[in-house]
Order: sequence, then structure tokens, then C-alpha cells
Amino acid sequence: MKKLRRKVYMTAGFNTISLGTGRKEFHPKKPRPGLEHYIKEAGKGTIDQIGGGKNVDESVIGNFMAARFNKQANLPGFIPTIDKDLLGKPATSVEGACGSGGLSLITGVRSVLAETAEVVLSMGVEVQNTVKAIYGADILAGAGWFQERKKGHAYFFPGQFSDRAGAYYEKYGRDKSRKGFARWFRNAIENARLCPTAQEYHNKVEDLEGLGLTEPNGKVFVDNLNVFDCSKVSDGASAIAIVSEEGLERIGIDKKDAVEVVGWGQVEDDITKPPEDPTVLSTIKKAAEEALESAGITIDQLGTVETHDCFSVAGILAVEALGFAKPGEGSDFVSAGHTARDGKIPFNTTGGLIGWGHPTGATGVHQAVTIWEQLTGKAGDAQIEISNEKPYGMTINMGGDDKTVVAIVYKKG
Amino acid sequence: MKYEEILENVTVLGAAGKMGSGILLLTAAEMADLKLRPENSDKEFVLNAMDVSDRGLSGLMRYLQVQVRKLAEKKMVFLRNAYADRDDLIENGEIIDQYIFDVMNVVKPTTRLESAYNSNLIFEAVNEDPVLKVKLFRNIDDNSKKKPWFFTNTSSVPIGQLDKDSKLDGRILGFHFYNPPAVQKLVELIVTDNTLPEAREFALEYAKKLRKIIVPSNDFAGFIGNGHFMRDALHGINEAKKISENLGFSGAVYAVNKVSQEMLVRPMGIFQLIDYVGIDVCQYIMKVMNPFLKDEDLHSDILDKLISLGVKGGQNSDGSQKDGFLKYEKGRPSGIYDPEKKKYIDISSLSSSADEYLGNIPDSMPAWKNIIRDKNKEKILQDYFNEVKAGTSKGAELAKRYMERSMEIGKKLVADNVAGKEDDVNTVMLTGFFHAYGPINDFLS
Repeated sequence: MKKLRRKVYMTAGFNTISLGTGRKEFHPKKPRPGLEHYIKEAGKGTIDQIGGGKNVDESVIGNFMAARFNKQANLPGFIPTIDKDLLGKPATSVEGACGSGGLSLITGVRSVLAETAEVVLSMGVEVQNTVKAIYGADILAGAGWFQERKKGHAYFFPGQFSDRAGAYYEKYGRDKSRKGFARWFRNAIENARLCPTAQEYHNKVEDLEGLGLTEPNGKVFVDNLNVFDCSKVSDGASAIAIVSEEGLERIGIDKKDAVEVVGWGQVEDDITKPPEDPTVLSTIKKAAEEALESAGITIDQLGTVETHDCFSVAGILAVEALGFAKPGEGSDFVSAGHTARDGKIPFNTTGGLIGWGHPTGATGVHQAVTIWEQLTGKAGDAQIEISNEKPYGMTINMGGDDKTVVAIVYKKG
Repeated sequence: MKYEEILENVTVLGAAGKMGSGILLLTAAEMADLKLRPENSDKEFVLNAMDVSDRGLSGLMRYLQVQVRKLAEKKMVFLRNAYADRDDLIENGEIIDQYIFDVMNVVKPTTRLESAYNSNLIFEAVNEDPVLKVKLFRNIDDNSKKKPWFFTNTSSVPIGQLDKDSKLDGRILGFHFYNPPAVQKLVELIVTDNTLPEAREFALEYAKKLRKIIVPSNDFAGFIGNGHFMRDALHGINEAKKISENLGFSGAVYAVNKVSQEMLVRPMGIFQLIDYVGIDVCQYIMKVMNPFLKDEDLHSDILDKLISLGVKGGQNSDGSQKDGFLKYEKGRPSGIYDPEKKKYIDISSLSSSADEYLGNIPDSMPAWKNIIRDKNKEKILQDYFNEVKAGTSKGAELAKRYMERSMEIGKKLVADNVAGKEDDVNTVMLTGFFHAYGPINDFLS
């Protein structure tokens, strides 16, 4: 990739809570905030930190399936509800399934690079608890090829990743893999307990690895994963400002309170083709390699990573795709504690998708917010130490089964 | 006849009632599942939902629509396979809608008894009235050429008597679901020496397909469940009578209800349970059972008195609790009936003196809902009951007497050969009454 023509920063991140089972305030039969509320809360959360809507040139909103979860399309129309000063300005909606948030970020980055905007409000939102999980599975299956839906599992995406897990067990051994998955779950919950907006913030289970090792039961769920291997159904929104140096001046934010976007990889795979090797996330691998190469760094310089662990197996395979462990050794790497918050390379320090939550269209933006918090010392109880030798962070956001991927590398501002 | 053949034509009598509707739901789903098998695709499955009330039947169909959806949502993995060859059904939602139609399509609501004349199997869930039951059985049997089997849901009438009075020659057994049948895992199976072995075999297979836990009970009025419950209830009523000298009737009912729920770690206090079942139903069951008991009188003048004052408990058609011994607001007890003043007294005005009377409650007392699924349940209960055992408060004494009486009742059911073994009594109380522990236990020994 060519050197960027100007510097691009992210700052003023904001997350709503990730609402769903596990949160004390969640009750399936009681009324809950809708899409409108989340867009407004997250949007305001960010623009209040940057001097209001008047400082924003344009907005991008990532969302996956509001058209079905909420019977609502045309989401750009909700941007002016955040602040009257956003009225009459450009707003764009982007969609790439669970990778929609990543697309929102990268679209904002491009606008800044194109010099059509100095300050972009980048958001993501999803409100999924409007339907029971069994119908939500139908909606989320839209992230795959609909021609394959009929032969797919009742829980379509858990089914896809269960197949990947099954192939992984067969190739590398089931017991050690399950142990690695259970440790991934434990890390996710322990990290989420440190982040007040996380869906698992209230989780009090003592023996997390024991719970994670619950035997999968294909009669009621999928063959090779249990529910603790899966992210939950979530409502939530996240927002962040994407700005140029000029933009930083306009909004009055110091570089030390921002992260610089130093490289990225955006890669699309053919949705009509099954994975060549189910034990490899090849699109993530390619996107991560491009991101690192364009940033001019190696994985040894990364201080923390936010990866798309919609399922524990996706987390383990990402560890391998990034090169932290050889193929088949990702579960050992995780079991040894290397991805825990005090390990060699802390992953998903506010819980990731399994611990923090997975409001699908918002997830990519949430990941960027977490990296911004960690690199600028704003992560509160979830703060990890970021050393000067490893000043970089990385996000990997995936749409569908390794189809739409955005990986971004950030540096302390 | 094979299992499927028997289920090709079934009638539920009293289908719109609380028990009948649950039995109908489970049977309709089982029949629809059979029909989904390729080898049965050309067979017709008919389930007559017979009831005297058109309004009831209309409510039944609404209930079915909601409940079948819930069943379907829980067995989506099975349903996707079952409808695999239907190319037009792609999403879970589409398959669920089709399944709801297929289950409801088995059900034929009717107010006419003639519909039952073609059935191989009759499920009876009408009022607990032996005369009515015999009348219905005779009518069907006289007009049917099928020599049908009769499965009665009676909770108290001896099967042998129904068999004899209806002249069924053993084509009858007791298949006693617990309320609500769609949720409760327990079925008491009662056969007589005369019951056809093939009817019993079918009953066992059918229960297995419905994922029910079968406990055999001997054919003795009340069987195991009511055999325990009615005596346990009488004990509570008698304890309340004694305490009422100190606390008045309402205070005493409050105190005994509290001890029998909280200190015995049960899902409901005994007076709330009587209200749930219905004061009139309890009175009726005692009346049915009493003539068969030799050395005890199963009767309560307090129940008679409340019923004469129009206080009956039971449930409204929407499932909400009617007022009985206790008054309910949003399903929670808020007052206690006073038969002298003929009105409910607020619990808030009774509780402090009654609580003072009961005295200290052990700190280790667990809440029923917290321990029911706890792996360490046994140990938590043992630690708690050790404290109860050492306790000297009136509450502790009351709890101990209650535990001892409950165990005595359980052991007598075994001694009288109503239950084959102590485990069967415990299983009935654990699964049919959702107790956290069986009445026959060593906690106080």
C-alpha cells in the first residue's frame, strides 16, 4: 500500500451498554429501548466529546439487519436526530453483515483521506432482542448465502462454526481444543467483568472453565460447540470520531487523546464458496497481513488485539491466522494464558464478542473504541499496560463466515 | 395393534379443562410427529377434543396455537430434519408456522360424544366425579365397535372401581398427569390386576415418547400424590388450629404457610398449595378417598366452612390465582382470610406478631428457587436442617413436626402398599410437587 497522503486519527469513542441476557436490566418480556435510542445515545456520546454536531462534516452508520430485526431501513435518516447540527449534512449507511462496523470505520477513513471531510462520525448499531433467538438465527443467516440456508442448521451460523470446530478437533485433537475454547471463554468473561458496559459485566460464575467445558449437545444445539462458545444476542451501539490533523484542531483534542490509523487491510471473499480449509480463516489472515504490512510493523509490536470472536473457535483461529501460534497450536497458546489480559498479547480486553457482547452492526466500531481506550489510558478498570516497545493495537472485524473482513492497525497518538 | 395404529384415532374428554388441554397438546404434538415420518405420510391421525363448552373449545384452540409454537421453538433441530424434503420451507419461522398448522390440523374440536365412538383410545380428564366418569365410559363403550382403551386422569378415584362399574374388563388404567401436564414431568401410572398388559405397555411407550417420568402407584384412592398431599394439608390445617389460640385464625394460617414454605424449603406454603389446587377440589378428593380409608378420617371442617362462605381458591381461565385461604395480588399473597369477619386481613398487619411468635429463623435457610438446581443441594440442606434440629423456637418446632409428619405419611404409603418403595414416594414429591427433597429423608436423624 502507498504511504497515506495525510494522517488519520480516531478519538472520542463511546459505547452504549450491550443489552441482552446476562445484564441485570434485561428482561425479555419488558419493553426495551429501540434502534432510535441507541443511535442517539452513541452518537451523542461521541459528539459531546468533540464540540457538538457543528464540528462534524459527515456521518457513516454501520448496520446489518435493522430491516428485519426492527423493520427499519434508511438509517442515515436517523443521524440528524442525534444533533440538529447534523441536519443537511451527508450521512451514509454501510452493510457487510457482522463486518458492518468495520466498513463504517474504513468508509470514514476514506472520506478523511479523500479530503472531503475533516471530521467523520462513524457509528454502528444493532437491536436484535426484538425476536427470539430461533428466529434471530434466520435473520443472521443472511450473512451467508441464502441458497445454502435450506441445508444449513437451525442455528445457521453456530452450525457453520461448529463444522469448523469439528474439522479442527479431528485434525488437532478434541480435548486440547475444547480446553483452549474454555479458556477463551474464561478470559472473555473475566475481561467483561471489568467493563461496566459489557453484557457479561454482572456475570458471577466461579468455575468459568468448567462451564466452558460443558459437552456440546447436537440434539438441541450444534454438534461441536456449546452456548458458552458463542457470542450472545445483543442490543447496542458504538461511535467514534475519525479525524484529520486539521480535524483534531477543530475539535480541540490533543493527539495524546487520539489513536492514529497507521494501516489496514480490507478483504472480500466469495460468499457463494465454502472455505477451502475449514481450520483456517484465510480472509482474516490476508486482511491482517495487509494491515500489518501497510503499517510497517510485525505482530511483535502489537500491544493488544481486538478480534472477532463470534465463536470461541473463531478467536482461536484468528490467533493462528495472525501468526501468534502455528496451525493447530492456537488452543495451546490460549490455554497457556498468553492471550489473557496479563499474557504475552492480551486479546479482547473488554470481553470481545463473547464477553462484551455482539450487537452485530456495531461490533467493528466497538472494537475500535476499545483499542482507543487502551492506547490512550481511558479503559478504566479494564486498562492494561501498553509499553513503548509495543505501542500498536489492532482490530479484526469479520462479516459472515470469513467473507467481509476489515483489519486496522492503530498507534498511540 | 401397533403404537401408531392406536394413536390414529384418539379422544380427549374434558379437553378444554386445565388438565385436558395439556393432555391434548402433548398428544396432538406426538400424533403430528408420527405423521411427519415418511412411513406414516398416507395415514390420517385424528384427535377429538371433546368438551361440553363451545367457549372452552375456542379458548383451547388459542391455547394450542401459543403452546405448539413454544414446543416447536424448542425442537427446531428435529423439525428442520422432519421438513427437509419441503423445498418451500426454508427459514425456521416458516417451518414453525407449518408445524403449528400440522399439529392443529390433527385436532378436531367437538361438543358431541359421538366423535369418540371411532377412537381406539379415550383420555378422560373430566371432573373428579365417579358417576360422571362411569356414565361417559358406558356410553362410549356401548356405541363403539373398537373396544377402546380408557386412560383416566383421575387423581383419586380407584381404577378398579371405575373398571367394575363401567364393565370395561380391564380396558382401563390410571394415567395421572400433574398440573400443568405440558410442564410437569411426572405421570402416576395405576394399573389393576385386571388391566390389559398391552394397554400398560402402550402407556409406558407413550409416556416415554412424551419424556415423562413414570411412577407406578397401586390402585388405592388418592394414589401416591394425593395420598401424601391430602394428609400433609390436613397436618398443616391442624397445626394452624392449635396456633390460632395464640395468633387468631389468620395469624395462624400465615404462620403455618410461612413455615411450610420457607422453613421446609418448598415452592409454596401449604395453604397456598391448597388454594392453587382449589379448596373445593381438595374437599372433593378427601371425600372420594375417605370411604376407602380404614383407620383415619380424611376430612376438614375448616375446608367445609370456607366453601360454605364461597371461598374456593382455584384458578381463573387465564391461569391467574383466585383468592382462597390467601388473597393474591399479581400472584403474590397479600392477605389472609378471616372466617369470623368474612374478609381478608392484610398480611402486613399480621406478620410482625406472627413472626415474633415463630422466633428465630436459622441464618443458613436457603431459598427454594436458589437450591432446586444447585449441585450442592444435599449439603446445603443438611447444614440448614442441622440448625433447625438444634433450634428451640416455635418455628423450628413446627418445622420439625412438619418434617416428621411428612415422612410418616410417606412411609405409611409404602407400608400400605400404595407405593412400591420409598423412592417412588420421593420421586412423586420431587417431580410432581417440585419439592427440593423427598419426604423420606435423614435430614433430622
